[in-house]
Amino acid sequence: MSIFVDENTKVIYQGLTGSQGRYYGLLNRDYGTKVVAGTNPRKAGEDVDGIPIYANIQEAVDATGATASCIFIPAAGVQSAVLEAAEGGIEFIVAITEGVPAHDEAYFYNYLQNEFPNVQLLGPNCPGIISPGKCNIGITAGHIAKPGGPVGIVSRSGTLTYQALYELKEKGIGCTTCVGIGGDPVPGTSFIDCLKAFEEDPETKAVMMIGEIGGAAEEEAAEFIANNMTKPVSAYVAGVTAPPGKKMGHAGAIVSGGKGTAQAKMDALRDANVRVGLNPTEAGEHMVDIIAELGLN
Amino acid sequence: MDLFEYQGKQFFSKYGLPVSSGEITFTVEEAVEAAERLGLPVMVKAQVHTGGRGKAGGVKFAATIDDVREHASNIFGLNIKDHVVKRIWIEKASDIAEEYYASFTLDRSAKKHLGMLSAEGGVEIETVAEENPDAIAKIWIDPTKGLDLETATQWVSSANLPEKAVEGATEILLDLYKSYVEGDADLVEINPLILTSEGKVHVLDAKVTLDGNSTFRHPEYVEFDQTQTRDERETAAHDRGLQYVGLDGTVGVIANGAGLAMATVDVVNQVGGSAANFLDIGGGANAEVMAGALEVINNDPEVKSIFINIFGGITRGEEVANGIIEALQNVEIEAPIVIRLDGTNADEGRTILEPHLSEALQMAPTMLDAAEQAVDLARKESN
Repeated sequence: MSIFVDENTKVIYQGLTGSQGRYYGLLNRDYGTKVVAGTNPRKAGEDVDGIPIYANIQEAVDATGATASCIFIPAAGVQSAVLEAAEGGIEFIVAITEGVPAHDEAYFYNYLQNEFPNVQLLGPNCPGIISPGKCNIGITAGHIAKPGGPVGIVSRSGTLTYQALYELKEKGIGCTTCVGIGGDPVPGTSFIDCLKAFEEDPETKAVMMIGEIGGAAEEEAAEFIANNMTKPVSAYVAGVTAPPGKKMGHAGAIVSGGKGTAQAKMDALRDANVRVGLNPTEAGEHMVDIIAELGLN
Repeated sequence: MDLFEYQGKQFFSKYGLPVSSGEITFTVEEAVEAAERLGLPVMVKAQVHTGGRGKAGGVKFAATIDDVREHASNIFGLNIKDHVVKRIWIEKASDIAEEYYASFTLDRSAKKHLGMLSAEGGVEIETVAEENPDAIAKIWIDPTKGLDLETATQWVSSANLPEKAVEGATEILLDLYKSYVEGDADLVEINPLILTSEGKVHVLDAKVTLDGNSTFRHPEYVEFDQTQTRDERETAAHDRGLQYVGLDGTVGVIANGAGLAMATVDVVNQVGGSAANFLDIGGGANAEVMAGALEVINNDPEVKSIFINIFGGITRGEEVANGIIEALQNVEIEAPIVIRLDGTNADEGRTILEPHLSEALQMAPTMLDAAEQAVDLARKESN
């Protein structure tokens, strides 16, 4: 099984008529994702390589029965795109767009919590989600992932997610679902949301987690793992050598005054019996050991 | 984007917050003229993107014009935690009876806005938080609901501000929240917020950090972007649209993706070296971006070797390899380069790189191997 999406998930692409939306929308369809519609109020009635374009989410949902959407809309339009998706009946919203203002993220996160508590938002500023062999929503290169299982992956970093998928594949290990939650200050989906789902998913036997400096998400995840996870976890946290007070690329990756350092995060994870690698490869090797110990190799 | 105090005060005054009148100056003469226009006494305040100005002698009271001249002469050029003072803000001095603290920022764990108010201002709030956490009244604000008068009033009374300050402080907090939300700030902080001897609540300092992602709706923030403190290398990278942070080491780092770039810096460190920078060229890794990145690294005299760490996802290995070779033809690179190429079509990419390999351009199979090679080369070049 997979978490959040599977081979039957029907997806609407908000921004399918844009260059990024078209490129990844069609790649995702080629992978096997059910890309059933796109939206654009000015291009309703047209199509993108056979995928019908509707004026808005509501019409697209009514026509296709889609339950998920993927947002490839410039940052300025992401807030209204998220609200439109939720109001149109979408249950799982994946926002790929980077550069969304933090105040917008805080606003629509809380708006969904208050008005649409059952809607799951992933992102913004994330690579998306892939259940290898079943469904790929976002910008992950599908062929670097091995279908099946038994590992679930959750990551705050894009390229490190690909690295993790690839290293597991090289070692012959498959992945049930890989969720890139993104590095922004208010991610719609947290580590804990994913850990909880992986814990409940019978086909996921172990979880690999990739964190970054900044915030307290890894520390909170460590607490959750200690109290609620029976499945083994391996982890890597990027930014051990990052100087305090400097932003390292991601809006979220900033260390302030000793809080949110990679060291503090690694310590918290180790205390929760997570096997922490000092680099991504080492975290992958830990996972190979875990799989062997579970007798799944 | 961090604002200087004077920019923060200009930002606050747009939202109706009471700030002292003042002028920004770049020379001692300008400082003297500003003081004459404003009327004595004045404060002479260094403008730097760091805290601890007072302790470093960067904030002085001037009762006479001679004082202004003396203080300004001392403060211009002063080094405060590696920030050299080039601007001085001259403002009318205030008569301080009491000092408070007020701020708004995003609480990433609660995913709500956090307001903090304390009757113990003028000192570092971290110290108050550690020694006397009860002295800070906190509220968490749902961004969809905002801050209303009733909540603000309760908040101010819970912070134990004296009766005569309650109304003024409440008004200021409402305006401060408005500036925080409408101005797309990551942080707005007033420390100290003062009560004057005449019983007025007044903004004496301003610390404002704006969200760089919000410039599409605040085109005027370009001005603040131009006054950010960056070293030469960071300016060069910024001009090329690259995500760059200068570090102190000798191995220049280029990677695609922020996480991978951070991991690369970590691995260099792990094998006993030190990175000269963090540089994320994004997902594409095409020739133009690669050339720009190499130029930036090449201009750093401390760089003794370069580690290019690329993981191909959607971008295929052969495209990355061709991009690197094209970039190398266009930029004269002094330091030896080690490339690690992995991911989609990595083998094809490596085959393309193969005939170009030399002492100056090496390839390594893994991230760790590449880091070791790059660190070795940096060591040899340094000797």
